[in-house]
Formats: sequence, C-alpha cells, structure tokens
Amino acid sequence: MSAVISVKNLVKTYVVGEVEVKALRGVNLEVQRGEFLAVAGPSGSGKSTFMHIVGCLDRPTSGQYFLDGQDVSRMSKDALAAVRNKKIGFVFQGFNLLSRTSALDNVELPLLYGGGGMKTAQRHKRAMEVLNAVGLVDRADHHPNQLSGGQQQRVAIARALINNPSILLADEPTGNLDTKTSIEVMGIFQRLNRERGITVVLITHEMDIAEYGTRMVTFRDGLVVADKGITRRRIAQDELAALPEPAEAV
Amino acid sequence: MSVFMILRIALKALGRNKMRTALTMLGMIIGVAAVITMVALGTGAQTSIEAQIQSAGTNMIIVSAGNFNMGGVRQGQGNASTLIPEDAQAIAQLPGVQYTASQSNMRGQIVAGNQNWNTQVQGTDVDLPLIRSWPLKEGAFFTPQDVTTASKVAVLGAVVRDQLFDPMTNPVGQVIRISHQPFTVVGVMGSKGQSGMGQDQDDVVFVPYTTVLKKLRGITNIQQVQVSAASAGETTKVADNIAQVLRVRHKIQPGDPDDFMVRTMEEMANVRKEATQTMTALLASIAGVSLLVGGIGIMNIMLVSVTERTREIGLRMAIGARGRDVLLQFLVEAVVLSLFGGGIGIALGFGVAQGVTLWQGWPTAVSSNAVLVAFGFAAMTGVFFGFYPARKAAALDPIDALRFE
Ligand SMILES: Nc1ncnc2c1ncn2[C@@H]1O[C@H](COP(=O)(O)OP(=O)(O)OP(=O)(O)O)[C@@H](O)[C@H]1O
Ligand SMILES: [Mg+2]
Repeated sequence: MSAVISVKNLVKTYVVGEVEVKALRGVNLEVQRGEFLAVAGPSGSGKSTFMHIVGCLDRPTSGQYFLDGQDVSRMSKDALAAVRNKKIGFVFQGFNLLSRTSALDNVELPLLYGGGGMKTAQRHKRAMEVLNAVGLVDRADHHPNQLSGGQQQRVAIARALINNPSILLADEPTGNLDTKTSIEVMGIFQRLNRERGITVVLITHEMDIAEYGTRMVTFRDGLVVADKGITRRRIAQDELAALPEPAEAV
Repeated sequence: MSVFMILRIALKALGRNKMRTALTMLGMIIGVAAVITMVALGTGAQTSIEAQIQSAGTNMIIVSAGNFNMGGVRQGQGNASTLIPEDAQAIAQLPGVQYTASQSNMRGQIVAGNQNWNTQVQGTDVDLPLIRSWPLKEGAFFTPQDVTTASKVAVLGAVVRDQLFDPMTNPVGQVIRISHQPFTVVGVMGSKGQSGMGQDQDDVVFVPYTTVLKKLRGITNIQQVQVSAASAGETTKVADNIAQVLRVRHKIQPGDPDDFMVRTMEEMANVRKEATQTMTALLASIAGVSLLVGGIGIMNIMLVSVTERTREIGLRMAIGARGRDVLLQFLVEAVVLSLFGGGIGIALGFGVAQGVTLWQGWPTAVSSNAVLVAFGFAAMTGVFFGFYPARKAAALDPIDALRFE
C-alpha cells in the first residue's frame, strides 16, 4: 500500500516572545490513498498546525513529512508553492473566494500559477468541468456575494479540485454552514472521495461531521491520542434523500 | 507565469476597484501632464529663440553706446552719448566687417491721411536690409544720398503699412507725417513676423539715421551700430577688433571700463537661451514634484491595497503562488497604474500645450524626448513606489495572511 501522507515524529514549536508553544509534539501518522480521514480534537490541540504542515503551507520544526513518497519537510518555499499548486487542494472555513470575481474566475485561479501555460479556452473548459462536479455550472458567472454560503463553499471545493490534487485538505469546511448545507458539502466530499479516489483530510471538532469519514484520529495537546476506523459511517447522500424537502431545491 | 498572465491578473485586480484606480491614476496624470506642458513651454521658447538667431543672422554684431557694467553713473545701454556716426565709419574700415549701419531709434506718432499709428522709428543706414537679410516688398530702401542729405524718406514695416494704408493703395510715393514732419514713403519691407520675445518686428518705420539725428531729435550721437561680419566664424574676432578700435577712438585708458558694449548675436541668443533653459528646468522640477506626489499616492494606495487584500494574498499563496508571483502582481499593478496614468497624462499635457499656443499665443513644442522621459519616469515611479508594497505582500506568511481579519 502506498501512503499519500506519511509523517514521522512531527514537531512544531512556536516561539512567542519568551514562551515556547509546542503545537505538535511528535506526531506519527500514515494516510493511505483513498482514505477519508477526519481529524478531531479540542481547540488548541494542534489540528490546524498539522494541516498547515500537511498542506505544505508551513515547515515542521523537526520530524519528516513524505507526500507521495517525496520528502517535502525541507523543501524551499518556492518548491512548496509548486507542490501546493499541483498536489493539494485547500478548503477553508471562511471560503476565501476573491470578491467581485465570478465563480468561474475564482475556480480558474490555481491554473494561473505553476507555469501550466494553458489557453484561456482550455482553462474555461477545465473550470466548467469542476463546477459541474460540484453542481454549480449555472452559477459560473455569479460573484461570491450573489451566492449562498453552501454555494460559495462548493465554488471553493471546485477551485481545490481544478489541478487534480492527490489530497483535499479541509479545515472546518462546515463551520460557517447550517446543518443541511453541511450535509450537502459532506456529500460532495464523499462523492469525490468515492468516485475519484481523492484522499480527504477533514478537520472538525464536531463528532457528527467526523463520522462522514472512513477513519478518525483525535489530537490532544499536540499528539495523536486516538486513531480508529469509523464503524457506523454516515452517508450524506442517504441522509439528504431522507430529508422531507427535496435536496434539488437549492 | 507569463507576463501576459500577470498583466491580466493586475488588470482584473485594478478593475475590481475602479474609482480608487481612477483617483490614484489622477495623481499620475496631473504630474505627467504638468511635466509635459512645462517642458513644452520651455522647448517652445528655446525653439523660437533659435529661429530668431537664424532670422537675424548669426554673423550679426551689435555695438551699443554705454555699458551697464560701467561704474559711477549708471547709464542704460544705448542711452549714453558716447557713440557717434564716425565710430561706425571706423568700424566699417576694419577687416572682416561686411556691412555697418548706425542706429538711432525713437517712438513716433505716424499720420497718413486720417490714419494714425504710434510705432518705433528706426534711424538706420542703407545696408540694414543686407545685415538683417530682410528683403523689401515694394519700392526700394533709401539711398546713400538720402543718408548724406538727411532726406525725409521712410520705409514702412508691414504692420505699419497695413495700419496706415488700405491694401489697395500703393504707399510708395505717398507722404506721411512722423512727429509732424512730412516724409515720403519710398519702400515697404517684407513681413518678418514676431521676434522670440513676442515683439512684432514688422511694427517699425525705417528712416535715414541722419534724419533722426538732425531733423527729429537734434542730437549728434547714435545709439547703436549694427555690424555684420563677412563670415559667421569670425564674429568673435571682429567683435574684439571693434572693441579695440573704439577704446582707442574714445581715448579710454588701459584698465578703465568700456563706454560701449559689443555683443555678437550668438552671445545674446546664448544668454537668453540659458535663461529659458533655467526657466524650463525650474518649471519642470516643480512639475516633477507633482509627479513625485503622484508616485507617493500610488505607494499609499498599494500599501492600503496590500493590507486590505492580505487574505487574498494568503489564498493565492495557498493555491501555489510563489513569493515572486505575488511581488510581480503588485508591482505590475503599480506600474500599470503609473503607465496608464502617464499615458493619459502625456495626452493631456499635449492638449494643454496646444491650448496654451492656441489661446495664449505662446510657442510650445512637445518633443519626443520629453514624452519618452515622462513615460520612462512614470514607469520608474511605478516600479520605485510599487516595490515596497509589493515586497511587503510577497514577504507575507501564507498562514498569517489566511488568518488575517
Ligand atoms: N502562529 C502561531 N504562533 C504561536 N502559537 C501558535 C501559532 N499558531 C498556533 N499556535 C498555537 O499552537 C496551538 C495549536 O493551535 P492550532 O491552531 O493548531 O489548534 P486547533 O486544534 O486548530 O484549534 P481550533 O480547533 O480552535 O482551530 C495553540 O496553542 C495555538 O495557540
Ligand atoms: Mg484550527
């Protein structure tokens, strides 16, 4: 089995003035291709810090991180930027879409970086494909302020998908959404995970959201304290079908 | 990332805040337009001075009575009574001197029939049209005979002719009155147009200098001797010789100052050229200050923009933008701002310069050099003032930038 993510003795220490904050104290973890990993744990336990390193936004103080078998823990900033562009898709709690910019242009954004040299028409085609994957083709020309929170998050997911990443990293993607919309977004993650085999790492502190994954690790004080498969996995598709209102009404 | 792509990103970013973009550009527009206009005014003045030297003849030398460098009684140039017609004759004998003309000028009221005109009456000699390379349009210039006998004959400048006679009449042979005395018109000069300082060279009446001395003013001294050297290259040498001869003639002791001034046309033109150059430099630097202010405006807006778009920068980094991509994006935004502003400013400056020529009558010339320099300066302003904010943006940590509220 090939591990997409493999971290060994990962340590991250922040120095704030005189004080050393140990955000991660030696995390060991392997995530296999096609897994849907939920990362849970109390606030301040180091989940986001872990995700930043896994997402190549930050480098560990010590320890090693192999992404697709490649040691990325000591790469240069520019090299990390290229890795983020090609292999990683981010979904944030706050969506982070460019305002006054159409959904299509937002989705295309990663194609502008990383030296792809794609033609405009090609970029549009690619962006429409991923917008289709999240069911938002008809909103391509809308600006973020013309979209609901759930739709904005779907645009953000489409943006994360456009470069066919190996992993999708989501830090509390449902934090700003209501229950039903959250289920819809989780449905998209599950479908991408199932149909495209994209590895998903989902950070949440809500237990019921974590249950959409296939495996759950729990952080506490910068360490992994629990790691187990999810026995009774929730399936968003079934839950939506069971809801009194038709889901297609969005 | 290709330049074209960066440009697209920058244009999109600028398009997202059109009002701010326009206002930031305005600073640049005004700065560049001011520089272009000021330099155009200066260059125009210089060009017209050059044209004037050409029209006056580069081999011309002017000897004036009096010397404003003289100590003691300060006498204005030309007002001292130190120069006499015999001096002119002595100058005429010098080697390298082609023509000489004694000058004695005055203002005079000219009357012809019921027409009335106040103008400059120049008492001069027969060679003046040759010295100034100024052809006649009608009739002929007065003769040496007229000068010896101090005849009351006059040659009209084009403006005076138009003021006194209707276009159908031939003025030659008509009698006019200069300061109540009758003069016969013998000729009309061709039109020479404005001189560099805006005086109309055609607003003049020429009469024999002897007539001015004896009949009009009752004096014996002249104000000037206009001299033309045989070749333009010799003017300085000839001028030195004239000074020596005059010092001897005027019995000036060694060490005492001249009681006359000898200046070549070139010298006079150079003095004025330098003055206009200084003026141009001054005006351009004042305008340059507004360009600087425009640049600072760009920096200010770019700094605000970087702060305001911190999350955007963080996001761009998260999806794969390298530091230099972000740096380039902001730098290009600043340069686009300043270049667009510069371009519009050049057009505006061009328009203003044209307007000044049209409504104010001042000569202006927008040189391609000035345009290039202004455009280059605008680009440099963009790079210079855009660099600091851009570097600030590029140096952001993606995580901090994403978290920024
Ligand atoms: N840039 C930083 N500088 C200093 N300390 C930091 C920094 N980032 C995180 N920390 C500290 O590291 C620890 C872990 O933070 P982290 O954001 O990973 O927690 P979390 O598990 O994501 O919490 P939450 O569920 O509230 O998002 C916290 O104690 C936090 O204060
Ligand atoms: Mg967190």
